[in-house]
Amino acid sequence: MRPFEYAIARSPRAAIAAFGAAPPDAAAAGGSEYLAGGTTLLDLMKLDVMRPGRVVNINPLQESAGRISAGPRVLRLGAMARMSEAASHPAVRQDYPVIAQALELAASPQIRNMASLAGNVLQRTRCTYFRDTSYPNCNKRAPGSGCAAIGGVNRQHAILGASEHCIATYPGDFAQALIALDAEVEISSPSGVRRFPVSKLHRPPGETPHIETTLAPGELITAFEIAATPLAQRSLYLKIRDRESYEFALASAAVALDLRGDTVADCRIALGGVATIPWRAREAEARLKGRRMDETAANAAADAAFAEARPQLENGFKIELGKRTLVRALLQAATLEG
Amino acid sequence: MGVTMSATLLEPARAKPATAPGTSNPRELHRQTLQVNGKLHHLALDIRTTLLDALREHLGLTGSKKGCDHGQCGACTVLIDGQRVLSCLTLAAVAEGRDIATIEGLAQGDGTLHPMQQAFIDHDAFQCGYCTPGQIMSAVACVHEGHATTDADIREYMSGNLCRCAAYPNIVDAIKQARERMEA
Repeated sequence: MRPFEYAIARSPRAAIAAFGAAPPDAAAAGGSEYLAGGTTLLDLMKLDVMRPGRVVNINPLQESAGRISAGPRVLRLGAMARMSEAASHPAVRQDYPVIAQALELAASPQIRNMASLAGNVLQRTRCTYFRDTSYPNCNKRAPGSGCAAIGGVNRQHAILGASEHCIATYPGDFAQALIALDAEVEISSPSGVRRFPVSKLHRPPGETPHIETTLAPGELITAFEIAATPLAQRSLYLKIRDRESYEFALASAAVALDLRGDTVADCRIALGGVATIPWRAREAEARLKGRRMDETAANAAADAAFAEARPQLENGFKIELGKRTLVRALLQAATLEG
Repeated sequence: MGVTMSATLLEPARAKPATAPGTSNPRELHRQTLQVNGKLHHLALDIRTTLLDALREHLGLTGSKKGCDHGQCGACTVLIDGQRVLSCLTLAAVAEGRDIATIEGLAQGDGTLHPMQQAFIDHDAFQCGYCTPGQIMSAVACVHEGHATTDADIREYMSGNLCRCAAYPNIVDAIKQARERMEA
């Protein structure tokens, strides 16, 4: 691991100041990074993939930005709450099942005790070529160097949202659950507080795969907020993977349904394991709205969700797997009590 | 391993203060305390030092094992404030002021083993033994969390601890025995 300056912050304002106060040589060495649970950052620093010149420990923010509060109209998840805290919160389990399930099906108990909610959402890809610096060509790690995964070992890689510059899969689950419930992210920045939908947080790779989010340097996620709507009640997360536990998704679906009788009044669908970002399947949602929820409708939605899929040499199976995952998730969600 | 070579048990004169308030210069040792198994230790460490390296290389507590060093195997599992975490992905600096429990502190002062340790022996729940300290620390937390009520639950909530000898069936049996004695 390379040397770094260490700072500890006790408020969002102090964190942003410490982040921006990194000296020029720190910026040359890779700028500043916030440290919460450390499950991504420490891992990638040991691999020499992330090389911050300054690390700002924001764990003291757990008191101010780590609370979970469930009101009658909104669920507020403090960004510094740990995955295990949110997953075990009674109101989350009862009224926002897709959130609890996405968290509980991710990682291991130890990692869930460590990782913050914001850190989870910002976790980096598991693409082998990104994680292994012995491969020189990775546009995400070294912009302009190429993509070793295209034409390489790419069974795990993305079939949606990829570009000729990067096909790395977004590995997480929780962001999809947030998107399925129209969650907003709250951000502290040097100019104040701003909010926007979680669905606008991640950027597809395009020509700049090293820029993964719409956050400006130093901006700090402080909370996620979810409105208590009928969508939240009838929601679930289905995750398909090579192992039954402690494994990333090959295909997953976060679905939320607002049913009036058998008819879909509203719905949200976000896919994991198959795309470069937490993937909102708007075309699939459009196919379902106003229709009777049955197997035919679910199949039509799944076809729409994967109509634009572009497989690589080894991951064509994800089209069929992704469709079946979504169909099963939709039909299961329809049987839940609203 | 520059991290372990440049750090040392505290000799106060060797640890200089940081250059700016709230920050530390990477070339200077970071002075801190660690509370491990109820005992307070004063240390001066390279800021890069993980809790795992601090325990093993600087405090001589080699029970916690370095399997993968990347948070994938669970061999380094310790408890911080009663919660199981991975010491290989925790900076020692971040663990300051927290209550750290390792396998060395599990048995009673007179040598009587913790019910989980005894259960692992009774059920032959290890072969090479390398993953065992992490398995036991994780298992103790698993019982406390209430995630050890069924075989399926135990398998799911112990999935962060890999055993390359595949002693898994006996580990499940050991945890069930220990759960009864811990709850008695």
